[in-house]
Amino acid sequence: MSENTTAGYLDMELLRFTTAGSVDDGKSTLIGRLLYDSKAIFQDQMEAVEKASKRIGGDGEVNLALLTDGLRSEREQGITIDVAYRYFATPKRKFIIADTPGHIQYTRNMVTGASTANLAIILVDARHGLVEQTARHSFIASLLGIKHVVYCINKMDLVDFSQDVFEKIKSQLEDFTSKLEISDIRYIPISALKGDNVVDRSKNMNWYEGSTLLYTLETVHIASDQNHVDCRFPVQTVIRPQTTEFHDYRGYAGRVAGGVFKKGDEVTILPSGFTSKIAKIDSFDGEIEQAFSPMSCTLLLEDNIDISRGDMIVRTNNQPSVSQDHEMMICWMSQRPIQLNGKYAVKHTTRDARCIVKDIKYKVDINSLHRLEDDKDIKMNDIARITIRTTVPLFTDRYQRNRNTGSVILIDENTNETVGAGMIL
Amino acid sequence: MKYNLTHLRELESEAMYVIREVAAQFENPALLFSGGKDSIVCYHIAKKAFWPGKVPFPLVHVDTGHNFPETIAFRDQLVAKDGAELIVGSVQADIDAGKLTEEKGFNASRNGLQTFTLLETIEKNKFDACMGGARRDEEKARAKERFFSHRDEFGQWDPKNQRPELWNIFNGMKNLGENFRVFPISNWTEMDVWQYILHEKIDLPSIYFSHERDVFVRDGVIYADGPFMNKKHEETVERRIVRFRTIGDMSCTGAVESPADSLETIIEEVAATRTTERGTRADDKRSEAAMEDRKKQGYF
Repeated sequence: MSENTTAGYLDMELLRFTTAGSVDDGKSTLIGRLLYDSKAIFQDQMEAVEKASKRIGGDGEVNLALLTDGLRSEREQGITIDVAYRYFATPKRKFIIADTPGHIQYTRNMVTGASTANLAIILVDARHGLVEQTARHSFIASLLGIKHVVYCINKMDLVDFSQDVFEKIKSQLEDFTSKLEISDIRYIPISALKGDNVVDRSKNMNWYEGSTLLYTLETVHIASDQNHVDCRFPVQTVIRPQTTEFHDYRGYAGRVAGGVFKKGDEVTILPSGFTSKIAKIDSFDGEIEQAFSPMSCTLLLEDNIDISRGDMIVRTNNQPSVSQDHEMMICWMSQRPIQLNGKYAVKHTTRDARCIVKDIKYKVDINSLHRLEDDKDIKMNDIARITIRTTVPLFTDRYQRNRNTGSVILIDENTNETVGAGMIL
Repeated sequence: MKYNLTHLRELESEAMYVIREVAAQFENPALLFSGGKDSIVCYHIAKKAFWPGKVPFPLVHVDTGHNFPETIAFRDQLVAKDGAELIVGSVQADIDAGKLTEEKGFNASRNGLQTFTLLETIEKNKFDACMGGARRDEEKARAKERFFSHRDEFGQWDPKNQRPELWNIFNGMKNLGENFRVFPISNWTEMDVWQYILHEKIDLPSIYFSHERDVFVRDGVIYADGPFMNKKHEETVERRIVRFRTIGDMSCTGAVESPADSLETIIEEVAATRTTERGTRADDKRSEAAMEDRKKQGYF
């Protein structure tokens, strides 16, 4: 069965992954290879790249990296400066790649790309092994709650496809990652340039018995990555048609942020604390029996309660933390450093608030993972532990338990720019 | 019970979430509606997002005056059937009023001119967010677009100064006079759109399907003949069996020769085709960074 036939598409799953590597680790080449070998590259794109390869120069080979370097300024500088999204599909899955640059000053881009990813590919140059940037990328993947990490030991062709080299790097990484919170870690020796173990099995590394990268991406189990335990439904908008046909209709529209909702479930509305039962889970396509994350739907309740955007419908016997004080890890994304006692706008699920930064506990040295207790100067691309107090209570879970209800963004109220990405502890 | 969504349902759910966020975060949003399949899909999802209520924003069409007549007929039918609100910005009216000057020469197109009319329409109606059916897989410059794309008071896009977009928390805060473009189906591919149209049984303008038409060939691109198409004297009109993969202006949208007359056969064709759908768009071929340049000026 192929993705191309109309029968196959109803069964396909979506995997979102991010890619990280140092500047010359061959990340763009790897993505180019995945797109090229899985035939996601079209003839006209290929022609455009061939044309550009000739113009820039090089040794005559088509530069696969050019397939992914999007903006003119980057093509001229030969670096990727922002998160770019790529798409490809195989008969088994559809993939979204958040392609993020490996430069030291672009931590914020990797955090952004990682925030929606199920899986991270971290590239390691076989000649250099674990370097500072590998540590940083691994830490960010762990911090952002990515459940699956695949280390691709790249450029194996430059170390004679040596098993010794691979095993040495693997054990280095195993030591290092034991300090992190990643449950599923894999190691694959590849050559992105030559194609070994990316889509097709390498003929040069018979000693490697694991899966190719593409097979791993196609089969890694992601259905249980979502939280299906703690029922959370942030209300986006209230639907009241007030037509003759739907005269008394009052539906709460939103996207399930956790758990599984069913008709008849006893629910509590936050912040009011009123309880009711789910009368119906509705949609354009008819009634829904069970609603789970990340499904968009509309809840109808048995009782008439005043509910508006920013409220949260939760199971009565399993409630989130309701608080104005929040402790979190934050990735800072603005040129202007974080201001202790500064005020910011906050967005959490569909809820808006303002906050004040009450305390900066420490900065994390993201290369060594050491806590820098005396360094409170949190600048662009820094990661720190802070506490904030919000003007109204937020309904939160720990980020590592639920990404949807454990994440906040901070916004500079003067520029309206997103300046911080917070993960609640 | 399996608690996972298929890729189409997940993409649909994401788009519904984005559209509802727009309705909630902005005072005066609109949906840019070209009559092409991507904007038709956006509108379909908007209907789902607010059902059984009405779609709480108008459709906005920038009419270049060089549209396919089939597209305009489809648009008017759809609006009449659903009782939707339609606002039309007219490039022809802006030319007549002397605000715009028509490009000259054989490859003249109104594609560039529509940016002006779009910005005028946004300003006149005070729209603070315009949703559109653009997808990141269409073109390199689009691959870096956000769902919520911030535009300054001149409607410009600055690729180096975009807000980071984390998780699914969208920041629509802005200063007076600024506005947003929002792309609910950013994460869809051409194949996803076609599969969704098939699955949801969505009506499309007839020119997407194979039909017989007067065409002429220029630089390997098959153009539909029409009253305002400037032909060189060696270019001759002939009847061919064609269809269109995208719907833009007649002057810059090429046809493909195809017998595909149903959604199923179109999907098979899309799967087998080795050029991207924008490969038939003359407007992207002007230079390698054509799209990037137009977006910076405020192009959709």
